[in-house]
Amino acid sequence: MEGARTILGRPAPEMVTALREWSRELALELFSAMAGLRAFDERAVILQRQGRIGTYPTFYGEEAVQAASVRALQSRDWLFPTYRQTAVVTLRGCPPLVPLLMWRGHPGGWHDVMEYRVAPICVPVATNFPHAVGSAWGAKLRHLKLVALAYGGDGSTSAGDFHEACNLAAVMGAPVIFLITNNQWAISTPVSKQTKVRRVADKAAGYGMPGVRVDAFDVFACYQVVREAAARARAGGGPTLIEAIGYRLGPHGTADEPSLYRDQAADRLWEPMEPLRRTQLALVAAGLASAAELDQIRADAVEGLRAIGDAVEATSPVTIEEIAATVHRETPWGLLPDRLREPSWTDRSGDPG
Amino acid sequence: MSSTTELNMVEAITRGLGQLLEEDPDALLMGEDIGANGGVFRATAGLQERFGAERVVDTPLSEAGFVGAAIGMCLVGLHPVVEIQFDAFVYPAFEQLVSQAGRFRWRTSGAYGLPLVVRIPYGGGTRAPELHSDSPETLFSHMPGLRVVIPSDPLSGGELLLAAVRCGDPVIFLEPKRMYRRGRQAVPTRFAAGDLDHAVVVRPGDDLTVVAYGAMLEVARGAADRLQQEGVSTRVLDLRSLYPLDRESLLAAAEETGRVLVVHEAARHCGIGAEVAALLQEEVADALLAPTLRVTGMDMPFPLSQNEDDALPSVARVLAAAHAMLEY
Repeated sequence: MEGARTILGRPAPEMVTALREWSRELALELFSAMAGLRAFDERAVILQRQGRIGTYPTFYGEEAVQAASVRALQSRDWLFPTYRQTAVVTLRGCPPLVPLLMWRGHPGGWHDVMEYRVAPICVPVATNFPHAVGSAWGAKLRHLKLVALAYGGDGSTSAGDFHEACNLAAVMGAPVIFLITNNQWAISTPVSKQTKVRRVADKAAGYGMPGVRVDAFDVFACYQVVREAAARARAGGGPTLIEAIGYRLGPHGTADEPSLYRDQAADRLWEPMEPLRRTQLALVAAGLASAAELDQIRADAVEGLRAIGDAVEATSPVTIEEIAATVHRETPWGLLPDRLREPSWTDRSGDPG
Repeated sequence: MSSTTELNMVEAITRGLGQLLEEDPDALLMGEDIGANGGVFRATAGLQERFGAERVVDTPLSEAGFVGAAIGMCLVGLHPVVEIQFDAFVYPAFEQLVSQAGRFRWRTSGAYGLPLVVRIPYGGGTRAPELHSDSPETLFSHMPGLRVVIPSDPLSGGELLLAAVRCGDPVIFLEPKRMYRRGRQAVPTRFAAGDLDHAVVVRPGDDLTVVAYGAMLEVARGAADRLQQEGVSTRVLDLRSLYPLDRESLLAAAEETGRVLVVHEAARHCGIGAEVAALLQEEVADALLAPTLRVTGMDMPFPLSQNEDDALPSVARVLAAAHAMLEY
């Protein structure tokens, strides 16, 4: 894999060398963010298996690029996640209960977008790219020195909104970062059937913007690449397309069965790239932390979420009348409680099982 | 007392947009060819010169991209007014409007709405090429979270536009392009924000109500004139808001005139006429002296210009429907 800087299963010497320049504080902050994301993801899968939340799109293996992207930006910068970045909002201070409620189908899962400067998760991939461009471009028009970052996968770069957003961003000089995690699979479609370019980053040339590649499993490299793109954007240098090269270590989601479409032996070759363990090995090898303290950080993250399933289940349901009142500023007459439903609406007796 | 000027509809919209840019420092206009060119209908004529290229922005040719970008602009406090060049050119932006814009407030549990206005010159009767004459109002009225507003004359053009920008939710603002230069009307130097919630009785009457909007008001009025000569007192109701509908005005029309006829140039199937007829049937069936008839466009692609008059409702078609209802 071109661009990856690793020896499978061991930290790449370059990763360890580069870490010697890093402060222990920042390195541990990134590790903690990754540990928090991992704990969230593992807990969410457990809750799905327990039937306490619905289908869930795991991001196992993307903790490095996600943690790096949030920490490399400032809190005033805007993030535009998809369903694969459910938990980045927790790195901005949102309680993890909120995104878990989203996957329970509870409206409490809608986080406060203005408080965290994280847009609602985008379900149709690529539709979030133009939003990021608009907020970045709008911020530029208003002379706010802020940057917007939109997430996507290799599949999203085939969609029309990706093209229109990249083109618009470049033409307008919008301070935006397109962070494409090329995990090589869009559900069952391999990247080779998604595009004929060898490198997704090469697509940037078609828009007149820089395209850079980075190892998606290297949190420190991802951090630096996002930092550089953000600094360029803030200085008026316009957009950047980042291709973070990785591999989807898990299924597309809890309802997906990868053995139907991909070689499990090939999957196992990628497993040593798993970023949390790899980062831990690098931190220890670089002398920045002990294995024991890193284990403790991971254990604390897991422990912090152990009981959250009870909180998810204990959250009171919201009535359909309350939800109907959230659609417009002034609720139209057809959505007012007295018109919304007939008295028998909640009577489910006699329904097919 | 503010003075008045005689303006046609497109001039009134230009004035309204200029007033908006003056009064609201966060407002900006964006679209294709709206700058130096002033828009293909000249609705933004002279505005880039007055307000600069950062507030009257020419975009690349990318409806999905710039409508999506307008959503993002709202998040940083801007009030974008987007121009779609022609009606059918909005279809590439349909996903951004229905999957994103209309759902934004709901996705924030009601906390934040998008102050986004999408202006679309729409409708037939201008001898334009294919896909320049569509009436897409039903699509947006059906999809949640959007308001759909249609002015019918210069004054409502300016007033409803300003109200749309201030209403705090995304508004699909459909401008009947056939009416852009169809006569002048006295309008004030500065518009007051209009009333988005109410239909307007533009002509009183007791025997029959013709419900219309946009360019069809002219047809409705023409039919009412002819019916008047026959001794039939015809109310004409200008809907103005297609979502939400002004329920009270429609029910009052049924109860007070007993006959309600709906005219629109959009296709008949699942059109606004169907919604009006269903509403009356559900709520005031006993008041109806005749079934609600519809005079509409056809369930087919809007014809090329040689045949477009066949698809557009005419005074004669409205009269025929009115007679059928009166004789029911």
